[in-house]
Amino acid sequence: MSDKIDTQKIAKLARLKLTEIESDKLDGYLEQVVDYIDQLNQLDTSNVQPTSHVLPVHNVFRDDKGSKSKNIDYLTGAPSNNKGHYEVPKII
Amino acid sequence: MHRKTILQAKEDLLQKKYSAVELTKAIYQRIESVEPKVQAYVHLTQDIALNQAQEADQKLAAGQDAPLLGIPIALKDLICMQDTRTTCSSKMLDQFIAPYDATVVSRLKKAGAVILGKTNMDEFAMGSSTENSWHHPTMNPWDLSRVPGGSSGGSAAAVAAHECLAALGSDTGGSIRQPANFCGVTGLKPTYGRVSRFGLVAFASSLDQIGPMTKTVADSALLMNVIAGNDPQDSTSADVELPNFMNSLEKNLSGLKMGIPKEYFTSGIDPEVEASVQEAIKTLESLGMKKVEISLPHLQYSVATYYIIACAEASANLSRYDGVRYGYRSKSSDNLLEMYMNTRQEGFGEEVKRRIMLGTFVLSSGYYDAYYLKGQKVRTLIKQDFENAFEQCDVIIAPNSPITAFKLGERVNDPIKMYLSDIYTISANLAGIPGISIPCGTSKTNKIPIGIQLMSKHFDEENLIAVGHQFQLNTEYHLKQPPL
Repeated sequence: MSDKIDTQKIAKLARLKLTEIESDKLDGYLEQVVDYIDQLNQLDTSNVQPTSHVLPVHNVFRDDKGSKSKNIDYLTGAPSNNKGHYEVPKII
Repeated sequence: MHRKTILQAKEDLLQKKYSAVELTKAIYQRIESVEPKVQAYVHLTQDIALNQAQEADQKLAAGQDAPLLGIPIALKDLICMQDTRTTCSSKMLDQFIAPYDATVVSRLKKAGAVILGKTNMDEFAMGSSTENSWHHPTMNPWDLSRVPGGSSGGSAAAVAAHECLAALGSDTGGSIRQPANFCGVTGLKPTYGRVSRFGLVAFASSLDQIGPMTKTVADSALLMNVIAGNDPQDSTSADVELPNFMNSLEKNLSGLKMGIPKEYFTSGIDPEVEASVQEAIKTLESLGMKKVEISLPHLQYSVATYYIIACAEASANLSRYDGVRYGYRSKSSDNLLEMYMNTRQEGFGEEVKRRIMLGTFVLSSGYYDAYYLKGQKVRTLIKQDFENAFEQCDVIIAPNSPITAFKLGERVNDPIKMYLSDIYTISANLAGIPGISIPCGTSKTNKIPIGIQLMSKHFDEENLIAVGHQFQLNTEYHLKQPPL
């Protein structure tokens, strides 16, 4: 890993605000861990298929029959709700 | 009463030696007396438990039976139980009330179990010591200055300290087996897909599995009969034949082949751990098992592969915590984006942030092929290692962890050192195979438990139960008690 990791850019992608101290610590952490995982480059995997799931994955179908929903009011768990909707700070 | 196994208590309840209410109250008394030292629980569900115990007593009086009728069980706090808190030991979910039961919980309830409460864990199951809990650390009942392991450290400590008869944990990279090992109890990680993940808060969806943590292998077999099986609400739960796991307790081990992977006995393993595992291998040989040397050549790459895959999946799974639909929301934000960023900064702990950052990095544009795809390819090699090994043996016998329980604070500031404590358990998750940890010794220097790990083919928990149970019938390590 020759390029320096752009911690601030990754944090923005991850929607994490970082304090300066957190950012410095994460710089060191990412550098150390990425250096460690770079050992995978010792392996030639050019002819190896990737595994995303250990068992054969197939579509799971069921009969198109209606069933009773659980009748849960999901809004009650929301930090803020209003008139049957989730409420959030202004977007624009 | 609190020292009973599930099978013993079941027998006692049927013979009316005591009632389910008496048993439940006895366990809560035990909790009250040892919890100030151990801190295994994050919250108790006393009202629910006593109601369930009363119902169990009515059923027992009416001559009814069910696999877990009146048996007090604890749940790791990332398994949802309707109308109770499920915090994942995170500030983010501290006030979260689960709106429904996880499938394992509805199965436990149907089987008559009494749910005592929720046990402590590393935040979002990310850790190997339970020190990453937002609530408080949990102490190892064998030595209160040491960690119980993690992430299911609360469940392991609760079983070891007799604060429940059994518990459920979850295992993404060793989170059932390593704490079971550190606390001297039995912990079974089933095959990926064997137990439904519906209602389990997701960490890494291609690795997570729920499993039993018990005082004996026989109790794990009984719990597996209740929790395992296909579930239409989890599309990754496997639609395969379900055995009666209790039948495996009768199996004779004669002629069964145990593979000893040479890579697990190299430098870095505590000599006391190695000696105990070798002793256990001799015991199994005396029970008729044949020893075969095998090789799992990619073991050394498993930790690196795991951290790529687990963190990538975690960064996607944890994107849901945005302060909109449930959980914590930062109070001080002028607009939506700021609210997301502040909520996640304030709601997540340090280790969770590290893993979200690493996962986001390995999935980010320009690095995906070099890291995430590479990790998926090495995962294939690790899986193939096991496929090759199981052509030569029925069960793999290995240490569970290179070390015994370490001191609180000893590894928490060195993430890589902490990650490496899981090197022997991680590859079973990458390959999706089942593994069990059972006690096989006590450290002479520190007087704390040592465990052995058994692994088998996909959907062959039966051989793990068979070998583990025969081992426990012929040894007394699982009967040793922490000095509480």
